[in-house]
Amino acid sequence: MIRFLMLGLLRDRSRSLFPLLTVAAGVAITVFMFCFMSGIKGDAIRDSAAFQTGHVRITTAAYHQLEHQLPVDLALLETSELLSQLRATEPELSWTPRIRFGCLLDVPDASGETRSQGPALGMAVDLRTDRAEIERLHLEQALTSGILPVLPDEILLSQQMATQLELQLGDTVTLIGGTVYGSTSMVNLRLCGTLRFGITAIDRGGFLVDLATARSFLDLEGGATEILGYFRSDFYDMNQADLLATDFNNRFQDEQEEFAPLMLPLHRQSSLGELLELWGYFSTILIAIFVFVMSIVLWNSGLMGSLRRYGEIGIRLAFGENKHHLYRTLLYESVLIGLTGSLIGGAIGLTLGAWLQYQGLDYGFAFKNTSMIMSSVIRAQVSPAAFFIGFVPGLLSPLLGTLISGLAVYRRQTAQLFKELEV
Amino acid sequence: MTAEPVIVINGVSRLYPVSSGSFAALSDIELTIAAGEFSGLVGPSGSGKTTLLNLIGSLDAPTSGEIIVLGQKVQELDARGAARLRRDQLGFIFQTYNLLPVYTVFENVEFPLLLLQMERQKRRDAVMDILERVGLADRAGSRPAQLSGGECQRVAIARAMVKHPSLVLADEPTANLDADNSHRILQTMLTLNRDLGTTFLFATHDDKVIQYLRRVIVLFDGRIAQDEVRDETAVSAGTPGGYF
Repeated sequence: MIRFLMLGLLRDRSRSLFPLLTVAAGVAITVFMFCFMSGIKGDAIRDSAAFQTGHVRITTAAYHQLEHQLPVDLALLETSELLSQLRATEPELSWTPRIRFGCLLDVPDASGETRSQGPALGMAVDLRTDRAEIERLHLEQALTSGILPVLPDEILLSQQMATQLELQLGDTVTLIGGTVYGSTSMVNLRLCGTLRFGITAIDRGGFLVDLATARSFLDLEGGATEILGYFRSDFYDMNQADLLATDFNNRFQDEQEEFAPLMLPLHRQSSLGELLELWGYFSTILIAIFVFVMSIVLWNSGLMGSLRRYGEIGIRLAFGENKHHLYRTLLYESVLIGLTGSLIGGAIGLTLGAWLQYQGLDYGFAFKNTSMIMSSVIRAQVSPAAFFIGFVPGLLSPLLGTLISGLAVYRRQTAQLFKELEV
Repeated sequence: MTAEPVIVINGVSRLYPVSSGSFAALSDIELTIAAGEFSGLVGPSGSGKTTLLNLIGSLDAPTSGEIIVLGQKVQELDARGAARLRRDQLGFIFQTYNLLPVYTVFENVEFPLLLLQMERQKRRDAVMDILERVGLADRAGSRPAQLSGGECQRVAIARAMVKHPSLVLADEPTANLDADNSHRILQTMLTLNRDLGTTFLFATHDDKVIQYLRRVIVLFDGRIAQDEVRDETAVSAGTPGGYF
């Protein structure tokens, strides 16, 4: 009987090919969309992680409370020991110290008098020994003129700020601020390059210096306002980050000690958790819409198929096949079509997703005047979930379609068979 | 020696609800069909032929009365029991053949045996045997679309006969066939009736069929108006009879 039904399925294209193509197309779109959305979500996470949050971030508890004020006096004072520990115990993450601080940026004239000045937001990263930081922040791509700092007295300024302050490469700027101990601090630096990140906060008044320069300026030898950790796979693993943070905080947290280090995973910083949750809902809604729409399409095709197969169903009933068996075989057929369609559609969707992940789609030409360097290339992300997500609509839709359209088998009055079969 | 009855109908009525009350498609039918008969329900459209065939075929249940088919009270069968009776004992032949277009002749004829879960070699032998009998063994691999109307109906007969049912119900089996094909089909059925002892019951108003019937049961307005057993002379003379 199975062979008989399979033969019918294979030979009757309207019963197999059309639903198979519908399922495969729907699944391919679903899988690709899922990869695409995961990619965009991944980009958002990557950007946020690269500039601000890391995949996990360690600050002092006190700094975390007031971080919007950039309180360098609440920074981690001695980081080398902690970094050594972290690198030894958590080798699957790459660890790096950073300093974020605010100061006044003064531009002197030829006689040393102030020509112009303005408040500026500084970020100090390990530019000279940690190549990963340069790649993580896409500094080479963000460079609009000049070169990256090679000497400790060099500074990178945002293109916008350099233009506003009428600075040329090689000009001297003076940073005026306070040390972690409260005394005034000044340092002269040479402008070696300009940057444009496409991130308003940094582009408006941001500058970048080497970590050693900032430490010296802030009198924060061996210290940092934060230590960022990045998964080496570059994919943010929420559960692992949570476990890591819980374990770290259990070891280091002390309610009496405001300088005790505190680790926070990315999704517990800057409302990113809510954003990720929103993405989750959005993905679920998208999948649900696809399942619903495809169910309607396949229900329709199921109805059409049932109408076409009215004679066959009538014959099978007349020759003594019972309704339960008939209904069951219709459901098996739909599962088979759903499974095959899901495999084909999944393979297509994953191939497209993988292509977009590795190749990327550069839409920068459409936004020539923006400098959104991080997101001008759209990339998908093929995750393990993408291998399975297609089976939800792929199996559910034809099954739902057949469940509904197949009910007609039960409603059909057997007594009408002779009349129906003599059309 | 009297043959065992295959069908016994006692006081059967079938009413259908209509807006003004109910419509009697059949009223107080009394009928017995013996094994091996080649008989027909004859009458004009609306006389109740198909309704009676439905009741005998366990496709419908009577409003009142009793129908016993091959020893089973049809009105007491549930859907599963009725399906079992059809699967095991009955064969159906329809006016429009109703062959499954995506299957070959062989596969169409094989279908009732699949429902009986007969083993493969026995199935194959039974199908080829019946195809030989209807003269279509050489067309076993053809699809219905490649056959003529007469050949299609012979496939339908083979499908109905392949499991050697006790009773074959045929509703207007020649309605779509020309005279030559009709006679060939009826000769085939008559031969099967004689060789295998299968009981045939037709519902028809076609003179071409009527002239082959050994017993003619005339229905009119849901009642039996005439029940005539015809002698061999009348049958072999091929007289239609002018029943209505």
